[in-house]
Amino acid sequence: MKRVVAREELCIGCRLCEIHCLVQHSKSKKIIKAFRDERDSIVPGVHVEEKGYVSFALQCRHCNDARCIDACMTGAMRRDPETGAVLCDEDKCVGCWMCIMVCPVGAIQMGADKHVASKCDLCIGAETPACVANCPNEAIVCEETDE
Amino acid sequence: MNRRPYLLIGNSAAGIGAIEGIREKDPVGEITVVCKEPHHTYSRPLISYLLAGKVDESRMPYRPVDYYEKNHVEALLGVEATRVDLGARAVDTSDGCSVPFEKLLIATGGRPIIPRDVEGAEAKGVFTFTTWDDVRRIQEFMEENDVTDALVVGGGLIGLKSVEALSALNVRAVVVELADRLMSVTFDQTASNLAQRALERAGVEVRCGTTVTRIERVHGRVAGALLRDGSKIECRMVILAIGVTPNIDLVQGTEIGADRGIVVDDYMQTSVDGVYAAGDVAQAVDLLGGEKRPIAILPNAYRQGRIAGINMAGGRRSFEGGLAMNAVDICGLPTISVGVTVPNGEDCEVLSNLDEKAPVYRKLVLKGGRIIGAIFVGEIDRAGIVTGLIRDKVEVTGFKDLLLTDGFGLISLPADYRKHVVSGAGIEV
Repeated sequence: MKRVVAREELCIGCRLCEIHCLVQHSKSKKIIKAFRDERDSIVPGVHVEEKGYVSFALQCRHCNDARCIDACMTGAMRRDPETGAVLCDEDKCVGCWMCIMVCPVGAIQMGADKHVASKCDLCIGAETPACVANCPNEAIVCEETDE
Repeated sequence: MNRRPYLLIGNSAAGIGAIEGIREKDPVGEITVVCKEPHHTYSRPLISYLLAGKVDESRMPYRPVDYYEKNHVEALLGVEATRVDLGARAVDTSDGCSVPFEKLLIATGGRPIIPRDVEGAEAKGVFTFTTWDDVRRIQEFMEENDVTDALVVGGGLIGLKSVEALSALNVRAVVVELADRLMSVTFDQTASNLAQRALERAGVEVRCGTTVTRIERVHGRVAGALLRDGSKIECRMVILAIGVTPNIDLVQGTEIGADRGIVVDDYMQTSVDGVYAAGDVAQAVDLLGGEKRPIAILPNAYRQGRIAGINMAGGRRSFEGGLAMNAVDICGLPTISVGVTVPNGEDCEVLSNLDEKAPVYRKLVLKGGRIIGAIFVGEIDRAGIVTGLIRDKVEVTGFKDLLLTDGFGLISLPADYRKHVVSGAGIEV
């Protein structure tokens, strides 16, 4: 399956990945409009962590042994049989936050409306996730694995 | 009748986990599920949302409606397992059949505890609250009797979610909890106070340190309640939510070893070869304490079921130990609480910060340089990282000052652990 790999030695902390994630998941798909009008209603699935000169971008690892799927009480969190991605069905999620409690990377957040969980969906349908496609420094790259 | 390769008793989180565990290893072996409830597998914790009207019945299924078919599962629903015959290696069922098995999973869950010393607990209008059918019974009773006030006994997860549902239905509700605080297993007093405030804002009355001693009846129906502290509660309905106990009836008098629950080893196998147990009925090893005890929470149930399933299908996966924890949104206040959150010895260290106004509360309990418990109220977004540190028993002394800061994240952790959690080889974080 597709995995996104972070290279902290190349990350300059520009946060363009967060912005392009937001644009990709916006209604308008236009960078200015999305950033201006929709950023309060979308929580990016990628998050840049920064301390001093070290920074890296992190999103859901789509773990093989995904604790969020174990813990999901409604069945909203599931593995896509085709891509292997871990996806949250927002129509089923009720915002109990079990997934947030068990994710060891802290990659799941409360959605902007605080009613459902929000996470990386590997940009379903897209050839390359937006964060990877738009990283100016190749600090996030996509790799295919056999798993 | 053919000997079934896999027979599962129970159709909730542990049973479904087992189906998925078996299918990881064995895509074809026939799986048979027996469950006394007639419903397609449904999300048990959603019953409070259903009662509140926040979800409708179409959202109850825990897995899609074609799930059994797609996974080649024969689901015998509405059929109760009545006896396990270890000699014949078969399970007798309520429809008069005997189902022989090669591998058996017992996932019969928990049964709500009915307090024995409450006078009048048999009155009409007294309910427990653990199944879909309980929701239907409660809805029916509320409608017929025009219920506008209710008492909930028990301030744990089920009690709080049911009282939240009642308040959403504009029922005037009182919750009583015998312990000195709400969610007493994983909350401390401060977290309890914040939860109480959220409940009170929604119109719920909270009383800790007391319980019900008598349910008043008129014509056999609930007409009020008397508390241990002598006070009287106006109510036309009572929900008993003081906890669940492992439902071990099926193994009593058999060679399958049981204590409080069905005792299992690290592979979820019982004392009898080829017979497994998982979920609320199982008594498995506790990650922090090391002793075996039942921990009735859904994440545990699914995971134990899945591990049992993998092992039933010939795999070899061990259970790393249960961890008491809860994520619960209480009237819009998100909370996460994990492990031991009230110090249990003098060698514990507590780190905490509290903003009562927001409210935001974070607390960690450390012992021997490791985190053994955590509470997050209000802001919960990266709580899972801390759960991971507890589970992996990571030495945190070197970075403990960062644990409760706003910028806390994976970047605050030692590089080698960071690398471990973002999933191993080749990932250069």
